[in-house]
Amino acid sequence: MTFGSVTVTMLGLLFVTFIIGRVMPIDPVLSIVGERASKSTYDAVYNQLGLDKPLLVQFFYYIWDVLHGDFGTSLLNARPVADDIRRVFPATLELASLGVLFGIVLGVPLGVIAAVRRGSWIDQIARVVALVGYSMPIFWLGLMGLLVFYGILGWVGGPGRVGIFYVDVVPSVTGMILIDSIIDGNWTVFKDAFSHIILPASLLGYYSLAYVSRMTRSFMLEQLSAEYITTARVKGMSERAVIWRHAFRNIRVQLITVIALSYANLLEGSVLTEIIFSWPGIGSYITTALLSADMNAVLGGTVVVGLIFILLNIFSDLLYRVFDPRAK
Amino acid sequence: MSETQTLRAWLLTDAPTSRRHAKLASLYKGWLSLRSNSMAMFGLAILIILGLIAAAAPLLAPHDPFFQDLGNRLGPLGAEDHVLGTDSLGRDILSRLIYGSRITLYIVTLVALIAPIAGLLVGTVSGYAGGWIDMILMRITDIFLAFPRLVLALAFVAALGAGIENAVLAISLTAWPPYARIARAETLTIRSSDFISAIRLQGAGPLRIITKHIWPLCISSLIVRVTLDMAGIILAAAGLGFLGLGAQPPSPEWGAMISEGRRFILDYWWVATMPGLAIFTVSLAFNLLGDGLRDVLDPKDSGQ
Repeated sequence: MTFGSVTVTMLGLLFVTFIIGRVMPIDPVLSIVGERASKSTYDAVYNQLGLDKPLLVQFFYYIWDVLHGDFGTSLLNARPVADDIRRVFPATLELASLGVLFGIVLGVPLGVIAAVRRGSWIDQIARVVALVGYSMPIFWLGLMGLLVFYGILGWVGGPGRVGIFYVDVVPSVTGMILIDSIIDGNWTVFKDAFSHIILPASLLGYYSLAYVSRMTRSFMLEQLSAEYITTARVKGMSERAVIWRHAFRNIRVQLITVIALSYANLLEGSVLTEIIFSWPGIGSYITTALLSADMNAVLGGTVVVGLIFILLNIFSDLLYRVFDPRAK
Repeated sequence: MSETQTLRAWLLTDAPTSRRHAKLASLYKGWLSLRSNSMAMFGLAILIILGLIAAAAPLLAPHDPFFQDLGNRLGPLGAEDHVLGTDSLGRDILSRLIYGSRITLYIVTLVALIAPIAGLLVGTVSGYAGGWIDMILMRITDIFLAFPRLVLALAFVAALGAGIENAVLAISLTAWPPYARIARAETLTIRSSDFISAIRLQGAGPLRIITKHIWPLCISSLIVRVTLDMAGIILAAAGLGFLGLGAQPPSPEWGAMISEGRRFILDYWWVATMPGLAIFTVSLAFNLLGDGLRDVLDPKDSGQ
């Protein structure tokens, strides 16, 4: 993607959210002034919001605001939406990052082994893991996880980020509670937070695992059938060296792009997961706002998730171009 | 030679005698190859059963799916008269699941019609016309492809209002771009082939070429993609239902049923578990069938 097409894509995103905001059946003026406001108050606010201007001009105002990090004020709590998003976003980032980490740590070796021992039982397991991952509703799997590991076995903490006694105990530096508790040196909070994040993160990790292992497997198969691998084997190189030093080294770039994409998908997948686990991230934020018709918050959240999604896509594309000489 | 054997021989011929003969023969060969894939047949069987259940719902359901019996709330599994228990309003879960299959099929069918057709239109026009039309249409497609689908569907539903039709619309709006890409790619390869030039020399206009000669050739790759996407569509629809943005109560939509049972998950686990199993089974079936179809229709990217 060139710089120009990135700009166009982002403008497109803003255009769509702008249009959604304009065709909403909710009157933004009415929700500020209330139903009993006089005509003059109504008109004043109407003009103040710029609604008297042509649509195109309004769109430019909207872009201007978004570029300055202004998503308007939440109708629900009268705070700037941008502040709210800044507050909830680290929770999502923490969850998704840990999920991706699980996906990489388990998915890459699984994919490699499945490719090397093609048709073996481990390949079959990898296939089933992926198939189940593509077919299972994430929110349902989350509920089942809560039921089994929290309700029945009691191995993990329940919904939320930390137990009720540990809320706001450690000072918020990064907003990611695992890191904040390490900075503070408070291991009790760390342990509690870990017991809460482990289940939703493994859940997201499972979906990442399904995707990463499938892709790793097909990349590896492609490499292993190449002639240079046969040459290496003929030269008497050990199987381990053939797999890791030759074949795996050549799929690293492709893998990184896959991981970036899987990260983008997890940010989105966390919407439903966050609701199941009462996780106060951007997914919960958007859906709560949705149910209370707080349109500024919904659109602000959509724009932020969309921008990150687009940026990750571009990032993976860029990496590919930089590191893969064939793409030049 | 018996009747069936001659039919079989007629279908397996290498020298078809008419266009219809050739079409039937290739369909039959595809079917034979699909039939040898046991997982795909398993998926197909599940889907056929689902279709039959949906069609015969009033005959199969032991109870009225909307009938509330507050004296018999959250009844256990295997209870007399309520095999899968009852939900928080005392409604029979089995009957609700059976009726819910209709909603699932309804959503999937609508999206599977709207999204590929929209994609086919955009893709073929874009690929056939080329030039600035192609550029603009593909840019729009790219923009939609770059969006996070679920979040965008959420925003659409928020704007349109909750409900099953709006959920279908929102999912379709986020689902069409990949079809447009596929259709465009197919069109680009077909456009420059000799038979299209021949038709053009015979005086056929662009409309006729696209509808009569390009569309039929795009269909098979679209069908594969649709089947593989069905699972995603079902999961998206269930997700919207779960969030309360899809089918509205008291509709027995599976996602909404999970959302309802969620409140009692620790004490009455089956209320949310059963509809989840139903969703899982159906999307698994679509995935299995999709994999098999891909191997038959589109061997070049089959999963090795």
